[in-house]
Amino acid sequence: MNRRVAITGIGVVAPEAVGTKRFWDLLTAGRTATRRITFFDPSPFRSQVAAEVDFDPLREGLSPQQVRRMDRTTQFAVVSARESLADSGLGAPDLDPSRTGVVIGSAVGATMSLEREYVVVSDGGRRHLVDEEYAVRHLFGHFVPSSIAAEVAWDVGAEGPVATVSTGCTSGLDSVGHAVELIREGTADVMVAGATDAPISPITMACFDAIKATTPRKDDPATASRPFDRTRNGFVLGEGAAVFVLEELEHARRRGARLRAEISGFATRSNAYHMTGLRADGREMAEAIRAALAQARTSPQDVAYVNAHGSGTKQNDRHETAAFKRALGEHAYRVPVSGIKSMIGHSLGAIGSLEIAACALAIEDGVIPPTANLHEPDPECDLDYVPLRARESRVDTALTVGSGFGGFQSAMVLSAVDRDDR
Amino acid sequence: MTAATVVTGMGVLAPTGLGTTAHWSATLRGRSAIGPITRFDGTPYSSRLAAEINGFVAADHLPSRLLPQTDHMTRLALVAADWALQDAALVPAELPEYGAGVVTASSAGGFEFGHRELEKLWSKGPEHVSAYQSFAWFYAVNTGQISIRHGLRGPSGVLVTEQAGGLDAIAQARRHLRAGIPAMIGGGVDGSPCPWGWVAQQTSGRLSVARDPARAYLPFGEGAAGHVPGDGGALFVLERADTAAERGVRWYGEIAGYAATFDPPPGSGRPPTLRRAIERALDDAGAAPADIGVVFADAAGVPDLDRAEAEALRAVFGPYGVPVTAPKTMTGRLGAGGAALDLATALLALERGVIPPTVNVTRPVPAYEIDLVPRPRRVPLTAALVLARGHGGFNAAMVVRGGRGTRLPDNARRSETCRS
Repeated sequence: MNRRVAITGIGVVAPEAVGTKRFWDLLTAGRTATRRITFFDPSPFRSQVAAEVDFDPLREGLSPQQVRRMDRTTQFAVVSARESLADSGLGAPDLDPSRTGVVIGSAVGATMSLEREYVVVSDGGRRHLVDEEYAVRHLFGHFVPSSIAAEVAWDVGAEGPVATVSTGCTSGLDSVGHAVELIREGTADVMVAGATDAPISPITMACFDAIKATTPRKDDPATASRPFDRTRNGFVLGEGAAVFVLEELEHARRRGARLRAEISGFATRSNAYHMTGLRADGREMAEAIRAALAQARTSPQDVAYVNAHGSGTKQNDRHETAAFKRALGEHAYRVPVSGIKSMIGHSLGAIGSLEIAACALAIEDGVIPPTANLHEPDPECDLDYVPLRARESRVDTALTVGSGFGGFQSAMVLSAVDRDDR
Repeated sequence: MTAATVVTGMGVLAPTGLGTTAHWSATLRGRSAIGPITRFDGTPYSSRLAAEINGFVAADHLPSRLLPQTDHMTRLALVAADWALQDAALVPAELPEYGAGVVTASSAGGFEFGHRELEKLWSKGPEHVSAYQSFAWFYAVNTGQISIRHGLRGPSGVLVTEQAGGLDAIAQARRHLRAGIPAMIGGGVDGSPCPWGWVAQQTSGRLSVARDPARAYLPFGEGAAGHVPGDGGALFVLERADTAAERGVRWYGEIAGYAATFDPPPGSGRPPTLRRAIERALDDAGAAPADIGVVFADAAGVPDLDRAEAEALRAVFGPYGVPVTAPKTMTGRLGAGGAALDLATALLALERGVIPPTVNVTRPVPAYEIDLVPRPRRVPLTAALVLARGHGGFNAAMVVRGGRGTRLPDNARRSETCRS
């Protein structure tokens, strides 16, 4: 009894790209969606650039009441879940509520709504004993990010296992990995899983300013995110969501579903080192990659594409280059590695799922998205990062990794399904 | 055949007491910790009662460098993890590399820390925000800090299902053990005792506005009108029975069964799913309803939710079919820590053959037809069912079995005296 898990639906909300097709067009064109922040006046902040989504929740089909009660993060998740469900063609007869679950990852939950409401109840930060008279009734939903998974579950009609997973910047890999485990162990046949974040808010900018994690580059916002480039100096905050329909393979086959890719391996490890710092050797990420490949029964040589975490901080890109070499050996120098944060920024918990989507689409399309803005190679980052332009290449196996505050290191392997039979 | 998952250590910090022994003895005595809020001025607020942890001085337990970077609930969680490891006599450094991980539940993160930094940002400006804000408030903080403190480099995680999270985190730890990881820390410790967190909780509409601590939280009772929040929880060391036996340690009990379900949205006309969670957890444990000696109820303290829980219990066990208790009438509801604390109390109850009481509920609603235990009841117990529900429809049910190796009283006392 070896239950396998396939992606049968994909839904995406990304900067400059609401919808999976626009997302893939953006990535394969190598366009960047980073810009000077428009959500608030960024001038008091060290970092003033972000990858924002132009998103109208009503136009995307949410009702006025849903818009009122849901934070932007939750809106992204619900809109993405709907797209993925429509994409999967999964409907009532094949969707048994008790065998269907939801796992949504989010690093910082309803940060935007919480800050907005805080400003009101504290009267602009003046009242420590904040005023309950001014609290909106949906504040509790923002307070507990479990509400994100709950809203998606209501929308989907899931009555199986439902959870929000929040492991910082690996949330988007860990949520999907968790959902895969639930299908494999037999708890569910269908999981709607992915991740979302909408962190572009003054408190987020201020906290990353304080540790100089985000880029201070202001002159040219469109080229601000520069993973693996010698001139990189911090990440660019982003927002968005990607949600998948994951199905037990036989369940998907029985209904003739389109099998976008198989999730064949997943593992997570911790560096137990520092809440925000990374050791240069990439040891724990390498171990996560090794364990994910072992679970997928795949050897390093079979990996045809690596989607890097590639945040564009000095320490991350060095750390992960070391991890690839440690886990993949000589093959690390041959396999194409790219960082899509160069185009859509770093949307914290969401990005891991957006990167899974990119891997699934690369497998399906035979196109590897590039690392934008990579003009000056860094001697410390000496792999093939697919600079500037997408590359046509058959991808049967893709690896995607994430690294986050708290020391989390995660890796996932995606594989083409039944390609030899086609 | 999968090896059983056993609990070899626990660390408890609860409003009822710091350490397993203090918590258990206050619980048996029926001493409620509910009282007026002291951590901030509660007088401007509709709800003014809380169950707070008393007498906890973080600097007595944690190195000073950790204090500026940790929220109150993270400090409690770090100490709970220390105590659990000491109780289990487990030294992570002696395990294989990547041989231990940690899964915690979170409900709202380090809200008190977050409140302070929001205040600085909006009253003074961005340059006043702490360098620790980027992680001190976020939902993954307890797992990350515990992992760092003890060098736990195996698989780790964070689950957020509001009050159900404590059980979900332990179930996730059990999955990792079954996949071959030798040891896990799992559970939840929580609390948002700041004005901003308080106002946010009030908007749930489920906080009691009573002024009398004895009348504020009356689950399954006449006059039930909300709950009282508290802070604290429990963390556990979980191991596979075979490796624990090899180490020569005894255990409190076994995590024998678990299931989680989610309720359909209000007004959908579809039935709630708590009953199914209970039935699946029993199946998972290979247990019949008759094997369960006591149910630790979720005990929402809100009539609709109490009725739904009573209906599920009646459907599975029959009217008055099993003793039901809610020691959280003494601690309030602890966010992600509540279900974990209930699990600790359930394991102690199994070990000692005593059902701890539900306090203050002098008049249970007769129509519920449940055997609510108002004072300690001494009965032989082999298995307990712990239930937890999270706001929005999350249900979790866990079956624990005792009876393999008695650990009292030396281990419990040890965790009480552990200081690092």
